[in-house]
Amino acid sequence: MTCRNYKDLMMAYLDNEIDDEQRRAFENHLASCPECTRELEEFRKLKKLTDNVTLIEPEDRIWQQYWGNVYNRLERSLGWIVFSIAAILLTIYGGFKLIEEIIRDQTVGMMLKVALLVLITGLAILFVSVLRERVYFWKKDRYRNVRR
Amino acid sequence: MSSFCEDETIPSTSRKGWLSPRLRPALSEVEGTPAMWGHRSNSKDMFEAIVKRHMKDAYFIALGLVGNHEDALELSQEAFFRAYRNIKQLSSKGKFFPWFYQILRNLCFSHLRKKRLRQTDSLDEFQENNIQVQAHDTFDPGVVAERNEDKDRIWKAIGQLDEKHREVIILRHFRNLSYEEISKILFCNTGTVTSRLYYARKRLKEILDREKGGR
Repeated sequence: MTCRNYKDLMMAYLDNEIDDEQRRAFENHLASCPECTRELEEFRKLKKLTDNVTLIEPEDRIWQQYWGNVYNRLERSLGWIVFSIAAILLTIYGGFKLIEEIIRDQTVGMMLKVALLVLITGLAILFVSVLRERVYFWKKDRYRNVRR
Repeated sequence: MSSFCEDETIPSTSRKGWLSPRLRPALSEVEGTPAMWGHRSNSKDMFEAIVKRHMKDAYFIALGLVGNHEDALELSQEAFFRAYRNIKQLSSKGKFFPWFYQILRNLCFSHLRKKRLRQTDSLDEFQENNIQVQAHDTFDPGVVAERNEDKDRIWKAIGQLDEKHREVIILRHFRNLSYEEISKILFCNTGTVTSRLYYARKRLKEILDREKGGR
């Protein structure tokens, strides 16, 4: 084994994640390699410094409120979904009523009525096209069932 | 510090659940130990138990990845929210925490990238006006317990590591995970963990030496 192979073992040795056989092999290598011995010593010092760093535990209040905050997000997301569905339905209904009124209104010129109908037709084509594209790509998407 | 696979006492709740029943099979499968959850009557209670079981790990990992308390709290809670919304993506044989960890780390790294992008924009503006600015560091030493100069220096240096190196340092040193546990949540083998730790510590040492030399 080269020094490079032993460098992989060095971390496991340092963190006590090594089996007896590997430990013996690594210690034998250390006895004959001043370069790895020096590097191990440097890593030991670094590990000691890093292990001394601990992070402040937040107050109990944070943990007591933690689930409540997650729950609020879940609840609000449901609220937004319901609100969005209602807003879409109301917009469609309002739009439909408005168009109906304009078409029935005798004072509105024929040109405007035709333009409005063409506009709606265009929007409908765009909507169907986008929807079909989405469905088509979703069906063809090889990664859609990729799960971790 | 608790490891992500330790069991914790899970307090119950008085709020009645309304969350989708889709969670029940998924979570009983993913946690694998239904007895641990007791006879919980609905999926909300089960998810609450999971959140309470993993919230400290989630918070401290996020803290290690983004470096400050406010962002860590916000991102860890957002990760649980997203985990709930996407729980169906978790395969029946999968464990919750490794899957959840992917959501959490992606959120944290994406948050840092956005922050960096905003900083770059403002740096450009400053440079256009010939004003010297220091690169802003999101790693707040205020989260380190019993602070001293050495600890602050190490915390700041961890913040300068790149993403994949920082995460192995955090998981090993701040969550005390074994190589086996790290390999499970990073979806790699222990050899990769060893190798990443080697380069992460080497890089950390370089940063510390450079700063020591620069003082």
